[in-house]
Amino acid sequence: MSPTELKRSRVQLHADHVSNVSSMDFPGTVTTGDGDDDLSWSLDRFKQSFDINITSLDPMTLTFDMINVDASIANAFRRIMISEIPTLAIERVYVAENTGVMQDEVLAHRLGLIPIRADARLFEYFDPASQTATDLNTVVLNIDARCERNPAAPDDTVDPYQKYTHFAVTSADMTWVPQGFQAEAFAVNPIEPVTRDILITKLRPGQAVKCELHCQKGIGKSHAKWSPVATASYRLLPEITLLQPIVGAAETEAFRKCFPEGVIGVAKNADGEPEAYVKNPRLDTMSREVLRHPQFADKVRLTRVRNHFLYTVESTGIYDPHVIVAQAADVLIEKCKAMRKALVEVTQLGVEV
Amino acid sequence: MTFVIRDEDHTLANSLRWMLMKNPAVTFCGYSIPHPSEAKVNIRVQTDGSITAVDAFDKGLCDLIDLTEHVKTTFVSKIEKLDYEVPDTMAITW
Repeated sequence: MSPTELKRSRVQLHADHVSNVSSMDFPGTVTTGDGDDDLSWSLDRFKQSFDINITSLDPMTLTFDMINVDASIANAFRRIMISEIPTLAIERVYVAENTGVMQDEVLAHRLGLIPIRADARLFEYFDPASQTATDLNTVVLNIDARCERNPAAPDDTVDPYQKYTHFAVTSADMTWVPQGFQAEAFAVNPIEPVTRDILITKLRPGQAVKCELHCQKGIGKSHAKWSPVATASYRLLPEITLLQPIVGAAETEAFRKCFPEGVIGVAKNADGEPEAYVKNPRLDTMSREVLRHPQFADKVRLTRVRNHFLYTVESTGIYDPHVIVAQAADVLIEKCKAMRKALVEVTQLGVEV
Repeated sequence: MTFVIRDEDHTLANSLRWMLMKNPAVTFCGYSIPHPSEAKVNIRVQTDGSITAVDAFDKGLCDLIDLTEHVKTTFVSKIEKLDYEVPDTMAITW
């Protein structure tokens, strides 16, 4: 790799600092001299180089690689997944009875954070001006939990779960009250909390929690309870380059131990001697331990590939994680379209340009 | 020319800045958020005179839409290939 190419496409890690951090893939910055110097935007070129590789998918997590995009785009996707994809969450709690030890406002806050499985795309935002709840903007859930002594409990038990009925109030106690179109639209996938074992509060005999919960549509930007992801993150693909061969049983073993298990492999070379090779750089945490060893510091180069992003999207369970990524793209497109519309409006107003 | 965008943040501003800088006619593009508690972004665009800043801005938005649409179609087609680690019980719905 030429020094220019290295500078352009890799972030380099040193013992005490990181270099080549900013991207420089813009017209008029650098030339590689290999004929591929046009750095202006071209959709065709982008389509040729861009790629996505899915590693694994299950209902809660998705891992995939996004290759050949700039950090600003990768970051836009991550940020949108966290804070701009609408979901439904409990926004209003009407407390009829709460005689437990937990105060109303603490209870309401805890309820708000429980993920509710409902497709927010079928709903509208609650209009704060009219303050009118309709079947299109509100989902109603009920909690009615009353704790009593359990007459069937063994005399010698100290376990409150046996001694009392309804000792713990959990998300399983939330029941959905369909409104208007909802009963039909959600007949197959009834609206409910994503998991049924979320502890909300605990009660003693004679105490009760009775409230009506109104879920509204919102985005993570205004409150984290509306975020559809537990987390969405990316890291750059680690790359380890051996500048000189590392040979010999003791040397290779010491070298291998500088990295997490599975990153470095050892194989017999042509002379029959054990030689280290890079087996799976993806597993590396980029701890830079190897650079602390003077015998290795000049033999290895630690870099990260600047335009290769390894995403991990962890859903809260409301949407499948691949749906969140697809929706993020839609949100970004919508943002641009809205901006274009606003631009036309502003320029037509006769603003001097 | 400086564009002031309300209710936007780094998400749009940084990707748009990158896209504008990709345009050879744009000699300078940068953005700033003057105050963190004000939902406002200033994007400054300066061109070499061959196009106006408004046109460059609009082209940047169009290019960003093209890019995102391609990312989405690629992602959807890769997911539907099912050539990755996925439980058999999982049905792919959008």
